[in-house]
Amino acid sequence: MSQELAEIWVYLAREPLAALTATLLAWMAGLRLQQWSGRHPLANPVLIAVALLAGGLLLSGIDYRAYFAGAQFVHFLLGPATVALALPLYRQWRVVRRSVLAITVSIVFGGLFSAASGVALATLFGAAGDVTASLAPKSVTTPVAMGVAERLGGLPSLTAAVVICSGIVGASLGPMVLTLCGVTDWRARGLAIGTVSHGIGTARALTVNPTAGAFSGLAMGLNALATAILLPLLWHLILGS
Amino acid sequence: MIGAITALLICQLAGELVSRSLHLPVPGPVLGMIMLLIGLLVRERTHGTGGQAPEALEGVANALLGNLGLLFVPAGVGVVLYGPLLARNWAPIAVAVLGGTVLAIAVTGRLAQAMLKRFG
Repeated sequence: MSQELAEIWVYLAREPLAALTATLLAWMAGLRLQQWSGRHPLANPVLIAVALLAGGLLLSGIDYRAYFAGAQFVHFLLGPATVALALPLYRQWRVVRRSVLAITVSIVFGGLFSAASGVALATLFGAAGDVTASLAPKSVTTPVAMGVAERLGGLPSLTAAVVICSGIVGASLGPMVLTLCGVTDWRARGLAIGTVSHGIGTARALTVNPTAGAFSGLAMGLNALATAILLPLLWHLILGS
Repeated sequence: MIGAITALLICQLAGELVSRSLHLPVPGPVLGMIMLLIGLLVRERTHGTGGQAPEALEGVANALLGNLGLLFVPAGVGVVLYGPLLARNWAPIAVAVLGGTVLAIAVTGRLAQAMLKRFG
């Protein structure tokens, strides 16, 4: 009997089926909790699903790499989904084209401000140099952020974790913050969320308002471009290293 | 539907090839997004489709983007790998992530709203 169980366990651990099912179940639980809470901003489905799965891995002692071997099929879809952001952008193209200057300035300045504020706060609270460098690109989408962190002398793996956390914080608190600050223009709301909280913020913006979603996707892409080019330049200019 | 999925993958693949061969700092999928956008705009110019993307492409894009959050979950669970590293530096990281993100969203939102009002 116990040998049979062990065989089943080996099967489940080896095939992607269990990891995929668990990922989808955790996501559905996240959506359900979000609904129950009356769409409370803190009940973010990404946060809930990640917490459930991370807790499950830690409790069961399953290695993250074993989990990811299955869940990578979901992860893979991030690429095509990023390409698909061209569609909401295309739908809003007339609106976007009218405000190219305002959009570009907001995204570039917002992206640099986000990096600067993260670095300043971390320095103030006594972070080591490599930790500070890892925090600088926290607003851009993970692959870009990891590359930038490496060029600044940071730790790419720490950056990956920080980027995800910033995305979840922005997606959960961002809409409240914007309302408190009196930002009612859906275009501006989308730009702010996408610039600071990349894809995770965009995921939320898309579910709230199509205009905000399109602008958020645009901001994510443009900020990735601006940060990747400008941040290493400014970093070396300012720190002179 | 298969055609639409193939179109997305071709754009991503082309983006990866350009990004890697020219050593660009921008990830392939972001370049793929720009390529698809240009493709749609060119199609509009030549076919006169009046701002309407192909129906199948709309369907696949809506399915993917309607659950975009799900796609971040596997990478997000990777935070467990960095537990000790995060724990050692928890204070500056927490302040920078929480404070920095909230502050940057407020500033970017106000700036964007003012810029859009002034310059259209």
